[in-house]
Amino acid sequence: MNELANVVELHGVYKAIYDHDILHDIHLEVREGEFLTLLGPSGCGKTTLLRLISGFEEPTQGSILIDHKNVVGLPPHRRHVHTVFQSYALFPHMTVFENVAFGLRCQQVPRQEIHTRVMDVLKMVKLEKYPERKPHQLSGGQQQRVAIARAAVNRPRVLLLDEPLSSLDYRLRKTMQIELKQLQRTMGITFIFVTHDQEEALSMSDRVVIMQEGTIEQIGTPREVYEEPRNLNVAKFIGEVNIFDGEIHYIGENKQATIHLLDKKRSAKTSRSFTPGEKIHVLIRPEDVRVWNQHEVNDTTDMFAGTVEEVTYKGTTVDLIVRLANNMTIAATEFFDEDDDRLEYKIGEQVWVSWTPGWEVLLPYEV
Amino acid sequence: MKSDDGFKYFSLSLIWFWFFLFALLPFSLIVIASFMGHSENHLLEPSFTLINYQQLNHPIYIRIFEKSFLIAGLSTLLCLLLGYPFAYCIARIQSRWKNLLILLVIIPFWTSSLIRSYALIAIIKAKGILNSFLLTLGIIHQPLSILFTNDAVIIGLVYNLLPFMILPIITNVERLDDRLIDAAHDLGANKLTTFRKIILPLTLPGIIAGSIMVFLPAMTLFYISDILGGAKSMLLGNLIQNQFLIAQNWPLGSAASIVLTLILATLILIYVWSTRGNKKRVGFKL
Amino acid sequence: MKLKSLITPYLGFIYLFFYIPIIVLIVYSFNNAQYSLLWHGFTWQWYSELFIDTDLWIAAYHSLALGIAAATLATMIGTLASVSIYRYRFLGRPILNALVFILILSPEIVIGVSLITLFTICNVPLGFISLLLSHTSFCIPFVIVTLYSRLVSFDKNIFEAAKDLGANDRLILTRIILPLLWQALLASWLLSFTLSLDDVIISYFVAGPEFEILPLKIYSMVRSGIKPEINALCTVLFAITFILVGLSQLALRKKA
Repeated sequence: MNELANVVELHGVYKAIYDHDILHDIHLEVREGEFLTLLGPSGCGKTTLLRLISGFEEPTQGSILIDHKNVVGLPPHRRHVHTVFQSYALFPHMTVFENVAFGLRCQQVPRQEIHTRVMDVLKMVKLEKYPERKPHQLSGGQQQRVAIARAAVNRPRVLLLDEPLSSLDYRLRKTMQIELKQLQRTMGITFIFVTHDQEEALSMSDRVVIMQEGTIEQIGTPREVYEEPRNLNVAKFIGEVNIFDGEIHYIGENKQATIHLLDKKRSAKTSRSFTPGEKIHVLIRPEDVRVWNQHEVNDTTDMFAGTVEEVTYKGTTVDLIVRLANNMTIAATEFFDEDDDRLEYKIGEQVWVSWTPGWEVLLPYEV
Repeated sequence: MKSDDGFKYFSLSLIWFWFFLFALLPFSLIVIASFMGHSENHLLEPSFTLINYQQLNHPIYIRIFEKSFLIAGLSTLLCLLLGYPFAYCIARIQSRWKNLLILLVIIPFWTSSLIRSYALIAIIKAKGILNSFLLTLGIIHQPLSILFTNDAVIIGLVYNLLPFMILPIITNVERLDDRLIDAAHDLGANKLTTFRKIILPLTLPGIIAGSIMVFLPAMTLFYISDILGGAKSMLLGNLIQNQFLIAQNWPLGSAASIVLTLILATLILIYVWSTRGNKKRVGFKL
Repeated sequence: MKLKSLITPYLGFIYLFFYIPIIVLIVYSFNNAQYSLLWHGFTWQWYSELFIDTDLWIAAYHSLALGIAAATLATMIGTLASVSIYRYRFLGRPILNALVFILILSPEIVIGVSLITLFTICNVPLGFISLLLSHTSFCIPFVIVTLYSRLVSFDKNIFEAAKDLGANDRLILTRIILPLLWQALLASWLLSFTLSLDDVIISYFVAGPEFEILPLKIYSMVRSGIKPEINALCTVLFAITFILVGLSQLALRKKA
């Protein structure tokens, strides 16, 4: 990718507090205009990373570049990035207008210009009718938008959002996710978004940065991290996944491979370089697993025999747990199809389990 | 950043300077003074001596300590007996009058306690209102001579310090979770048991806080014992006042102050220790 | 059941206990008799005697000036202190916290005694100056506690947001903290003013022979026996405090 389009770069960044490592050797490049999400469980360091970029914390080591300038040591307000806090942090004694205008006033922008810019950005967040209201007179979603407006009006290079939606209820959250995405496209500002909710991250982002315990596990598009997880951590964090131990039998060209799995040989696909005999993990997502009735199939050479152990109807899907021949279980999710009346499963039923070769992911064996 | 640091250092320097000069330093001086001697010409003589503490060990002074303790203790007990039910009831009121009722308790709390103690004189003196009232009702046949006795001092202390007992207990009771009481009833406890086993232990921090806030001043409000107890009444506060301003024996006065401080510090430590497991403390918290 | 019906009379009794002496005082200040308990008719006599007592006026003026000066000084220092304690992490912060706590609980007599010792050793003139320094000092902890408890009710992120948007510490203080705090500031000032006006014990030690203040004047008047003039004076002072307390509570109760 064109290096000049990187608006934020982190190189070799470490952050430790009292000998406790919070961030470890972070390398990150954020592209201009993208919606980037930092995703990870609590304590993984994503908020700290955000604060390093915004300037509220300083790295122990490494450099942070904004527009190719090293900003380490520069205070927050001189970095041309602004933060939207989880609690919104609106000034309770100021009106919506005064809140949004605050940053501009601090920079002593002329009054007329303040007025134009504030009203413009309020229009963008659809709050142009409420400039005189106080924060406590607004709903949660509206306060959110004021917080975004307040940060955006200063035309930052990057907008940093620290779990802005986690205090909203489910419905409002879903609405705001769509709104935020649209807002980002309209404004054209780079967003760096922090969340622990993987569904949120996948649905909103151009790219996702998956973090665990202070390190970046993988960076990629939502599709990439979901379908091609780099390691077990990532795979387990995003969505549900079945994990089996297996062995490489043969590596061919064009990503073809044959693997030993559960006493059977199967074809698979992988772009990694493995050596024959190498132990691997085989990952398959439940929704990629197909479950067949005894009578429905003829050729079961590539299939695994099993007994249905649990059935959960979930409205749009049926979740199954099937116990396989060697006492392992596999989770399968089948989608209801109105024409298909096959999807009646009974506990104890004998079934065949399979998936399309290539839909699995092969990973090097981890202890 | 630079200007910010400047502002911060200015503020902190000012604060530390003030606290050092007017809190730490004076107190250190008292500690030192308690180990010094004195003479006709000098209030304080730079020499190290334990004579002041030894003097305090004298029966006269010990009796003063005991008496102060006793009176302060009785006052605290009375405040507790009178104030706890009051505080409990007020705290549990749901109506909108509650704030007004609490305000009515706070108002005397802010007025000069000197004035209020003075007001008591008219009530409890031999020809005072209380006696007239009781005589008229036939409850007594001779006027009670309360003024200028220990009882008067106790009444004065209770009168002044009762709000200090009530307010912390109110705060504490307000935090009491009703559901605990309901749970107790549900499990079969009667009112007395519920009180003994649930309410009392849970309100204990408030009781202790209130008791300390009554006991501390009760040991030291010398003008109350002066006005209501008369010249004969010599409590710890009067002793200190006396030594400093009349007897001009500053070292002795300082020593007495130190002893007083130690007693009170012990009480506070007991309070802190007793609430150590309790996250919600009553009183000032920084 | 039986207990419930006792509650109201009990509460009433306690309230009467609080207020009867005060009411009696007020009533007697209008009583047309020097020492008698019986009502001899309404009179303004004692108030008019109060009015012409120049000594009292001087003492009152002194107390007022002292109170205003001490309250203002204490509020200013206390504001800087509470804001600093709230916002900054610095060496000795827990010590300062403990110090404030200790000062509030310290017996006034120990404070008074230690201050007079300090002033004598440092040759500070006993009068307005010693009183001002002393009153300011014992008011500051109360200001700190009042303001701090208000500060912690704010969203901590507000200050970071302000910094993020370009405000320096001075701007944060003037544009955000002070406007949000003004009611607590007012209440602190009123509290300090009241504490200063009413202080007996500390003033007793640090006031010189020449600078008369009201509480000490009343104290000496009371020791020398009851005079109806005192009743009138006390009523007036009580009324003033009543108003101040009312104002302070109103200030604190108004919605932010």
